[in-house]
Amino acid sequence: MLLLRFLGSTALSLFGYLGQLMFLMLETVRSLLTTPIRWRLALHQILEVGYRSQLVVIVTGGFTGAVFAAQTYFQFHRLSMDTAVGAVVAVSMFRELGPVLTGLMVAGRVGAAMSAEIGTMKVTEQLDALRSLGVHPVDYLVAPRAIAMMISMPLLVAECVGIGIKAGQFVAVKLMGVAEVYYVNYMEKFTALRDLEMALTKGFVFGILIVFVACNEGLRSKEGAVGVGRATTEAVVIGSLLILVVNFFLTMILNIFFPGGR
Amino acid sequence: MLSVKGLTKQIGEQQILRGIDLEVDAGETLVIIGRSGSGKSVLLKHLIGLMTPTSGQVYIEGKQIVGLKERQLLPLRKTVGMMFQGCALFDAMTVQENIAFPLREAGERDPKIIHDKVAQALEVVDLTGHEQKMPVNLSGGMKKRVALARVVITRPHCVLYDEPTAGLDPVVSDSINHLIRRLQKRFGVTSIVVTHDMKCAAYVADKVAYLHEGAIYFYGAFDELLASDDPLIQDFIEGRSGDSD
Repeated sequence: MLLLRFLGSTALSLFGYLGQLMFLMLETVRSLLTTPIRWRLALHQILEVGYRSQLVVIVTGGFTGAVFAAQTYFQFHRLSMDTAVGAVVAVSMFRELGPVLTGLMVAGRVGAAMSAEIGTMKVTEQLDALRSLGVHPVDYLVAPRAIAMMISMPLLVAECVGIGIKAGQFVAVKLMGVAEVYYVNYMEKFTALRDLEMALTKGFVFGILIVFVACNEGLRSKEGAVGVGRATTEAVVIGSLLILVVNFFLTMILNIFFPGGR
Repeated sequence: MLSVKGLTKQIGEQQILRGIDLEVDAGETLVIIGRSGSGKSVLLKHLIGLMTPTSGQVYIEGKQIVGLKERQLLPLRKTVGMMFQGCALFDAMTVQENIAFPLREAGERDPKIIHDKVAQALEVVDLTGHEQKMPVNLSGGMKKRVALARVVITRPHCVLYDEPTAGLDPVVSDSINHLIRRLQKRFGVTSIVVTHDMKCAAYVADKVAYLHEGAIYFYGAFDELLASDDPLIQDFIEGRSGDSD
């Protein structure tokens, strides 16, 4: 009985939360369609999301590609399949590692910042001040951030993938001694435009998840510093978990449109 | 200009407002006084639609606002400005950007017009020369003045003040009181001031409403309030808690 009650309340909370996210998304779509877009704010957010995430994305992509290439080489070398390392690294970076790791890093860096900023505005009555001045918080705060994330995330994913592949190539060719011509040839043979399309689509979807979870947590943060801290933590945790869960379903769906393999 | 009928607000088990009826005429200044936790700030937030009542009606210039959606309230709020207790200045913007914010949001793009209007608003609140400062670098009194300048720059018909002198020293409080009166005289705005500062109430009030446990306990002129022999009101005026050492 207790278990049933627990499961029931958990399911209700989950649906309630998804409902909040859906409501915020619809309000944002409405804002984008019916009110003038604040491009100056959107550009500022693109700078925050895109430019200021460079170090995180470069380090994540570079070292993930490098270590993945090394591990793949160690295993494949036993089977004399050294030249296949490039293909494995490239396909993995495009279809999974690039989008997911970029999503997780951006959820941590940008999602937390967004949630903390909006949450602080809420507890210091700045959101009420916006409303009292006749400005809808979704128009002013959420819509520009959503635009910035939808533009920046696919580009960050592409950057992460590119750097990961190059780092993998450096490790395989320069450190492990794999013949570069075979490495590149196999990589080109097993990757195609559909892999890039899948990476960019995932980046776009993860960007939407991150921005709406972060903004929702900020807008709903309770009074006080503790509330803002909790909202920030939850923005990162929920955003990261959603990325991992949605990634599975997205992979299954996108594989229909962008099938893997040759 | 602004009226409230049968306003009640319940949050959880707690009854915050219990059937408030109020009417404020154009150009009038109503001061709402009462002890901390009596529901003054909650009442003020209902007047501009920042909170939704459990029951009752709120009218702004004859238009009923309870039940309107957020986007329907936005144009109405441009006729009623609010100065928040904590000032609620946008901390990522300079003083000038804060004051210019309502103008820009109203669609004004001409930098010269914006600059002139901001300069005029700063002159009204005696803050000329502080345009480029960030809110974090302002004193409490200066923040209140900037908040006031931001409210009045678009010339709302009515201004709501939430504890305008709270946390300020007596001299700065006095200057804020003069400012409220000056704005009322200069622009003829209707004002509703929530305070527990009796000096502020004495200086700015045309009418006073004493809120006690979520209901209007007294309504009338300030002199009538002073003349009242009701012990509750006298305790409030004299600042007597009834506690002994």
